Amino acid sequence: MFGEIRVFRQRPFDGNSHNLGEIVGTVQDRYQELSGQAEARRQEQLATNPILIQVGSATCEHAAGSREVFEEFRKHIVASGRDDILLHQTGCTGRCSREPIVGVFVPGQIPIKYERVDRELVHQIFTSHVQNNQPLLAHVLDGPVERVYAFEFLCCGSHRCGWEEGANLEASLPGLLKDAGVDLEQVNIARASCFGACSSGNEKTCSHVLVKPDKVLYRVCSTDDLKEIIEKHIQGGQIVDRLRVGGKTIGRKFFEIYGDVAFFNRQTRVALRHNGVLDPGSITEYFHYRGFQALAKVLDKGDPNWVIEQVKKSKLRGRGGGGFPTGNKWTMAAKAAEKIRYIICNADEGDPGAFMDRSMLESDPFNVVEGMIIGGFAIGASRGFFYVRAEYPLAIERIQNAIQECRRHGLLGKGILGSDFDFDLEVRLGAGAFVCGEETALIHSIEGERGQPRIRPPYPTESGLWGKPTVINNVETFANITAVINYGAEWLGQIGTPSSGGTKVFALAGKIRHTGLVEVPMGMTLRELVEEIGGGVVGGKKLKAVQTGGPAGGCIPAHMLDLPIDFDSLSKAGSIMGSGGMIVLDEDDCMVDVAKFFMTFSQDESCGKCTPCREGTTRMLEILERITHGKGTLEDLGLLERLAKLVKKSSLCGLGRAAPNPVLSTLNHFRDEYIAHVADKRCPAKKCAALLRYEIDPQKCVGCTVCARNCPVTCISGSRREVHVIDQERCIKCGRCAEVCRFNAVLRT
Amino acid sequence: MSTSTDNWEQVQATAKQVLGDNVVKFIESCRAEPNPESQLIAVLHKVQAEYGYLAEAHLDAVAQLMQIPAAKVAGVASFYHYYRLEPRGRFLINICMGTACYVKGADRVAQKLMDELGIRFGETTTDGVFTLEGTRCIGTCGLAPVMMIDDKVHAEVTPDQVPVILEKYLDQVRRAGSETSGRT
Ligand SMILES: Cc1cc2nc3c(=O)[nH]c(=O)nc-3n(C[C@H](O)[C@H](O)[C@H](O)COP(=O)(O)O)c2cc1C
Ligand code: SF4
Ligand code: SF4
Ligand code: SF4
Ligand code: FES
Ligand code: FES
Repeated sequence: MFGEIRVFRQRPFDGNSHNLGEIVGTVQDRYQELSGQAEARRQEQLATNPILIQVGSATCEHAAGSREVFEEFRKHIVASGRDDILLHQTGCTGRCSREPIVGVFVPGQIPIKYERVDRELVHQIFTSHVQNNQPLLAHVLDGPVERVYAFEFLCCGSHRCGWEEGANLEASLPGLLKDAGVDLEQVNIARASCFGACSSGNEKTCSHVLVKPDKVLYRVCSTDDLKEIIEKHIQGGQIVDRLRVGGKTIGRKFFEIYGDVAFFNRQTRVALRHNGVLDPGSITEYFHYRGFQALAKVLDKGDPNWVIEQVKKSKLRGRGGGGFPTGNKWTMAAKAAEKIRYIICNADEGDPGAFMDRSMLESDPFNVVEGMIIGGFAIGASRGFFYVRAEYPLAIERIQNAIQECRRHGLLGKGILGSDFDFDLEVRLGAGAFVCGEETALIHSIEGERGQPRIRPPYPTESGLWGKPTVINNVETFANITAVINYGAEWLGQIGTPSSGGTKVFALAGKIRHTGLVEVPMGMTLRELVEEIGGGVVGGKKLKAVQTGGPAGGCIPAHMLDLPIDFDSLSKAGSIMGSGGMIVLDEDDCMVDVAKFFMTFSQDESCGKCTPCREGTTRMLEILERITHGKGTLEDLGLLERLAKLVKKSSLCGLGRAAPNPVLSTLNHFRDEYIAHVADKRCPAKKCAALLRYEIDPQKCVGCTVCARNCPVTCISGSRREVHVIDQERCIKCGRCAEVCRFNAVLRT
Repeated sequence: MSTSTDNWEQVQATAKQVLGDNVVKFIESCRAEPNPESQLIAVLHKVQAEYGYLAEAHLDAVAQLMQIPAAKVAGVASFYHYYRLEPRGRFLINICMGTACYVKGADRVAQKLMDELGIRFGETTTDGVFTLEGTRCIGTCGLAPVMMIDDKVHAEVTPDQVPVILEKYLDQVRRAGSETSGRT
């Protein structure tokens, strides 16, 4: 595809990646053979189809119409008779609000991505860009742009990069280019996040810059280095080998394609590094992006303890919500006396407003599978299960395909890669019960039972599926494993904060300009995430709070936006990291209503096994309903708080114990809104219908009768050209009149 | 799973009739795997995919063929929200009531749907055309609020669009109706 073409036995890059070393034993031989074959297939295709048209394919992309777009391109290619174009599908980049996204990659040119492509635009892209080399600047992703540049410098902006006090590539490049006589109009300079080329040896002594379209990553340690690149590469067309960083470093491929887009270049993509890059259905492509290299290395070493040590060193904590150190969990199972053990991937993704796991399963299924095989080896399991929500048909399809392909290539089954390790995977479906995301309930569900939790201990690592030691990890946790092995535990560990290593993927949604998936280093502030990457609140409204952790989490008020995002800071603020749902709320959102929304959810999903949760959520919901209906009292607030604390303390499983969190956090940070509801019978956000009053402003009403004709209970009276009046007794406060009045005469108070 | 019942063949024949070849074959394949009873959830998915819902007769037949107590099969079927125990209408409307959709106004779209169809969540219109259900996050929060009608996702739906969308489906029914009446 668009990668530089290399023979597989590459010189391993010197920085952070572990040297594959000399090929030893049969595992490496077998792996080299498989990946060599895959690479040969890929090269063959590239030789005949150098031009690539890439269309996103994932649930979100399909919803936006990408299948029709794909089909339309296919027709155009056939009709044009061109045989040098490869129509390629990829997963989702995470840029939801701009889908369908289409990439047109022509060798030697900067990759162009188009947003919101429809059939009509396909025609234009094809005739103008593909056939006549005229990119459509108005439709470029996050555009429009003014021109397509001849060169692009992507400068690493992460804190580990940089040399000399204050040296800043982005700032110094324009001057240097100008001095050298380069036309600045031809060059784009942008800031990116970590390329994965840093290591403890060169921290703060050098920086990294990716030069496109040649896709050369340079390590620069002085202004003279930069001058040399400008003179030899930009002006002389000669790559400066002395400064070049080789190898497939982690963030690189993604930035080669998407590095010029503001939404992406502040992100550090580890778990999502292949999203929007490779074809999720193709094992050939996965091999190209170092697929199964980690597995080969692990099996070649043959030491489960080494794997666990690496995971511990990376400071990886579970991404499913709890944040339990993954290495420790694996140790517990590996130490069990019982030798039959199981490993499970929790892909139940129950948080209603989160879709990180779906995206990873749909966009990079082989990576999750590889992570699970490695996990299976580390804990000594020979059977593993994917527990996936039935609501994710495409994810299920892609995981099943990945498993089949792995079996076909000897990567699952007996004697994996010629080693003596046997392991196989199967998919088990959920059936729409949120509580089944809880470990013990999930185990019951796989066993074919009702998904009700049981008391822990014993923990699943001791007695889990069919009573055997079982490790359960989240999709994103597994997606990080190959990165730990391939790119180094130290490297991953140095990203993030001292107590939580690496990155976290968030599903940004709600009242935010750029909805979608973002992966950022732990420790980034909420403000950076919401304002700089997410583009702030839509429509000039004021941000009120950020909800994290879904029904188990809480609301962080706007004035605490400088909070760093990590497990400990969020829980100190009364919320949780959770699995990564992040909903932005603005001034139109009522915090009591939000608490009620989550309580409705928890009450509905409570499995009913224990009384505090079953009864407690019902009572709390009743109180919240009373309050939003204007029938609450000040005493209700105290009652609500006491109940919440009781349910939190005495419920059996995590669902009940966390269900009060949205109530407690809103009571804590937004008590004044509760008081407005109960004392003044007023909803400050004007959301709770029962507390609103619709009135017609006699000054503004022109008597057009539209409202009267639209009122579902016909409680508006008035003749044509006369001021209309609402009968407050009969009004059901549906808001229809305010919506339809074109003269803004209906007042909502 | 044992085949120790003496009237096994008769049981199998009856169950086959109720469940159809596809499902029966699926159950047989599960029997070949370790821990076959753990496949109950998968089997029920298969039945629902085939028949749109789980009728009592289906559940009994599954219990027989899998040699699992009928009470347990019924217990599992009623525990999981994904299973429908009543027949569904011709089109299944699933409106997302997840957080992202809710804050973008899914409640108003849902209200409009209920008003237009005259039914509530979990119900089917008397003409058997629409079944309305609420679901949670179908993973396209970026396009909120969303609503699915069968497999088609409708993105960024407003209450005003609801009648227009429904009308399209009703039109399909009418056209199909006039075609069949034309033919007979
Ligand atoms: C009610 C409830 C729902 C949960 N839902 C999920 C889920 O959807 N996905 C997930 O990975 N973990 C979920 N968890 C957390 C899991 O129980 C478990 O901690 C996690 O899968 C462990 O993996 P990790 O260590 O990799 O995070 C849930 C927990 C509870 C109590
Ligand atoms: S806390 Fe709630 S969900 Fe958990 S076991 Fe008790 S009733 Fe069931
Ligand atoms: S729609 Fe507005 S202007 Fe027209 S009658 Fe109603 S309130 Fe008056
Ligand atoms: S809010 Fe609804 S019920 Fe009340 S007057 Fe307006 S349209 Fe009629
Ligand atoms: S490459 Fe710059 S911080 Fe990693
Ligand atoms: S909340 Fe509706 S699709 Fe996610």
